[in-house]
This record gives sequence, structure tokens and C-alpha cells, in this order.
Amino acid sequence: MSTTTSWKTADPVHLEVRDLHLAFGANKVLRGVDLDIPSGQSVCVIGPSGSGKSTLLRTVNRLIEPDSGEVLLDGENTLTWNPDQLRRQVGMVFQQFNLFPHKTVLQNITLALRKLKGLSADEANEVALGQLDIVGLRDKAGRRPGNLSGGQQQRVAIARALAMSPRAMLFDEVTSALDPELVKGILALLADLAAQGMTMVVVTHEMGFARRVAGKVAFMDGGVVVEAGPPEQIFDSPAGPRLQQFLSQVL
Amino acid sequence: MDTLTQIWDTFFDWPSMREALPEMLTVGLPNTLILALASAILGTLIGLLLAVAGISQTRWLRWPARVYTDVFRGLPVVVTILLIGVGLAPLALELWGTNPYPLGILALGLVAGAYIGEIFRSGIQSVDRGQLEATRALGFSYFTAMRLVVIPQGIRRVLPALVNQFIALVKDSSLVYFLGLLASQRELFRIGQDYAANTGNESALLLAGLFYLVLTVPLTHLVNFIDNRLRSGRPEAVQEADPELSEVAPR
Repeated sequence: MSTTTSWKTADPVHLEVRDLHLAFGANKVLRGVDLDIPSGQSVCVIGPSGSGKSTLLRTVNRLIEPDSGEVLLDGENTLTWNPDQLRRQVGMVFQQFNLFPHKTVLQNITLALRKLKGLSADEANEVALGQLDIVGLRDKAGRRPGNLSGGQQQRVAIARALAMSPRAMLFDEVTSALDPELVKGILALLADLAAQGMTMVVVTHEMGFARRVAGKVAFMDGGVVVEAGPPEQIFDSPAGPRLQQFLSQVL
Repeated sequence: MDTLTQIWDTFFDWPSMREALPEMLTVGLPNTLILALASAILGTLIGLLLAVAGISQTRWLRWPARVYTDVFRGLPVVVTILLIGVGLAPLALELWGTNPYPLGILALGLVAGAYIGEIFRSGIQSVDRGQLEATRALGFSYFTAMRLVVIPQGIRRVLPALVNQFIALVKDSSLVYFLGLLASQRELFRIGQDYAANTGNESALLLAGLFYLVLTVPLTHLVNFIDNRLRSGRPEAVQEADPELSEVAPR
């Protein structure tokens, strides 16, 4: 199932995370995360479960407020912004898709276009159908998410996020809830998007994808980025024992 | 045999029923409907406010909602009706005169609100957290996300319980007779009871009971219908009727 994309990432942003800290009570989830994602680059975040990868993404767009640290968009500290403004620039796709089950596929995408961007019904439909075209699901526009396969639902979720023309995208284990045969199609979409020059942070367990697509791979463990670098460096010559041990378990 | 005939006549004395029927239809039925409908609307509004306050992060909203619910759910309905209907009567006298309906409706609505608030709250809290997360990730504020995505889903799930509450209101509306009703203000129960007292048999009261059943039994079946529908999902036919779809229907 190959798609010819016509995504145009107009204005990718330079995303930078500096010394991000977060604790839930005594549980320190993030202990000083540093991550630099140059404009138009894809960074894959790998690491064992519980290492803080998903929490990092949620802290970047402030679904969870960090205790301290900075999230910079093109050098501007976003923690002083209204979080709603930040999230309109930084889209996110989730492991569980989180489509709105009570709305049609089309309405899932048009809701934010109409209510946040103020588009008319016709304009919103046009944008949404365009996005559905790209992910190959135009013919499902009138369906409800419950009638779609997991892979199709995740495509809709990606279309929904991209319809808002974000300047950076966060992907939180977006293939982990999918049947194996559906994973490839979603990864191909992400690779297309990366090739179009979107600034992306991809939390993933798909090491093959990370090696092929990522401009940089960051290995997280215990709430910090332990190692980061080009895929060849991370996968072929891991420096520290923690990364070496992790790779020996997953590869 | 005599005793049996006597009992039969007590319940099924047709002339007594026929005598009561016109007033039941023209006075009792409309009044019961007014009481039930008005208090249902009031109770739904109060319930919605209580539910939103009850799940708030702010203690100063959560706590009063809790106290309200405990008080009005814990008191016998008759006590609330008398306390409000009699207690506030002097105030009501200045505002709209001696008509006991406004205060009766207020009392019924306040009690129903406590129950409906709990129904809504459980429904809203049963909606997957990912729904709020995904909506906020698009750039919606907390309240808009709740209003557009979370609350509609939550309410859908508790529609059966909500209709049960409306059934209870139809029956509880009979309790306003404690406030003293003019002839034209009597509802189904009061008319039945008056005729029963005058004729010395219970047939008119039985007729009132039949009226209540005519109102409540269809509602009970509505509950079952909604329940089935929610369980088995929306039939595809209903989706096809979706106006949004006709605009985008593939040729």
C-alpha cells in the first residue's frame, strides 16, 4: 500500500529541549532531558519502557507541565506561552489513535479546523479530504472510526494532526497498538513525512525504522538521554553499557 | 363471593372511572407533564453543572458539588418539597403569588439534579483519558475539549440511567400535592385520590395509576432501546443518513 504524498511542510521549526525535569511525587520521571531537533529533521527516541519517552513527548507540548527546564521553538522559550498556542504548532499522534468515536472520519479532522482555525464547513471539508487523500482513506470519510481497522484509524489520526499544518510533529509509539501487517504502512507514511522535511520526534520500538529514517537517534534510560547521535553511531558503535545492553535485548 | 365482588368493584367500577376520566385528561395529565418536564430540564442543567464541578481540579468546585449531592440525595423527596415549598413560600408570594408549582418544580429539580449529576459524572469519567489528551493536543482548551468531545461521549453512555431518572420524576411529581393544590392545579394522583374519596372506591386512583404507566412504560422501553443501540453500536443505515456524508459520498 504505497501512497504518493503531497505533504508540504511549509515552515518546519527548530525544536529544542533543555534540562527538562518532571517528578510525580517521589517518582522522578524526567531528570534533565536535553534534545536538539534541527528544523526539518527526524529524531527517533528509543529506550526501555518506563524510561520516560512518552512522558517526554507529553511534556514537550505540555499535556504535562514540566517542573523545570525549557522547550524552545526556533530559540523561543515556549513555557511562557499559552499551551493551546504551543499545541497548534506542535502536533501529536498517539499509540491508541484516540479518534473521536462519536464523529465521522471527516468530522474528526474538520472539528479543529472549524473551531480553532475558523474555516467554513466547505473549506474544512476540502482540507480534510485532501489529507484523507494523502493517507489513502478518502472513501472512508463518512465512516465512524469504530468501523475502521487499527491501521486505518492511525492514518486518520495522522491526517487529523497534519490538517492543522503543524510546524513539528510528535509520534508516541504510533505502531505499538497495531497488528504486525499494518505497521509497515504507517511507518512508510512517517518516512514520507520525514522526507518532506517535517521536524519530528518519533518515540518507537521499530529499530529498523529508526536506522533508516532518523537523522538522529536518542537513547533514553532512567529519565535522561543517555546517548544521542546519527543512527550508525548509535546502532553500530554504542558507547555506553546501558545502550549496549538495551540493543542486545531488542535487536 | 360477595367479598370478591366487593373488591372487584373497588378497583374496576367503570362509572367512577368514566367520571374521573375527563378531568384526568384535561387537567391531571397536562399538570403532571408540566411538573415532570420542567423539573427534568432544571435537574439536567443542575446535574450538568454538578458533574463538571465534581470532576474539577479545583477543590472549591468539587467540594460544594459533593455536599450538594450528599444533602439532596440523602433527604426524602417529601421533606425537600415541604422545606422548599413551604419554607420559601413567603418569598414566592412576592415573586409570583400563591401558585405552588414554581417551588414544587424547584424542589423536584434540585433533588433530580443531585442524582443526574452523579449519572453525568460517572459517564464523563468513563470516557478514556486519551480523548481529552488528543483534543487538547490539537490546541483546544480544557473546557472546549470537554464540551465538544468528552461530555457528549459521556452523556451518550449514561442515557439509559438518565431516562430512568426521568421516570422517577414522572412519579415523584405526585408529591407536590403536599403543597396544597387548587382544583385546576391538581395532577394525576390528586385527581384520582379526590374522586376515590368522593366515590368511596379506588377505581379513579387505579385510572391515575394507568395514566402513570402510559407515561412511564414507553420510557422504560426507550431505555432498553437506547441500551441495545449503545451495546450493538449505531446501525450503518443511520450513518448513511449523516448529512456530512452526502456531501462527500464517493460516486
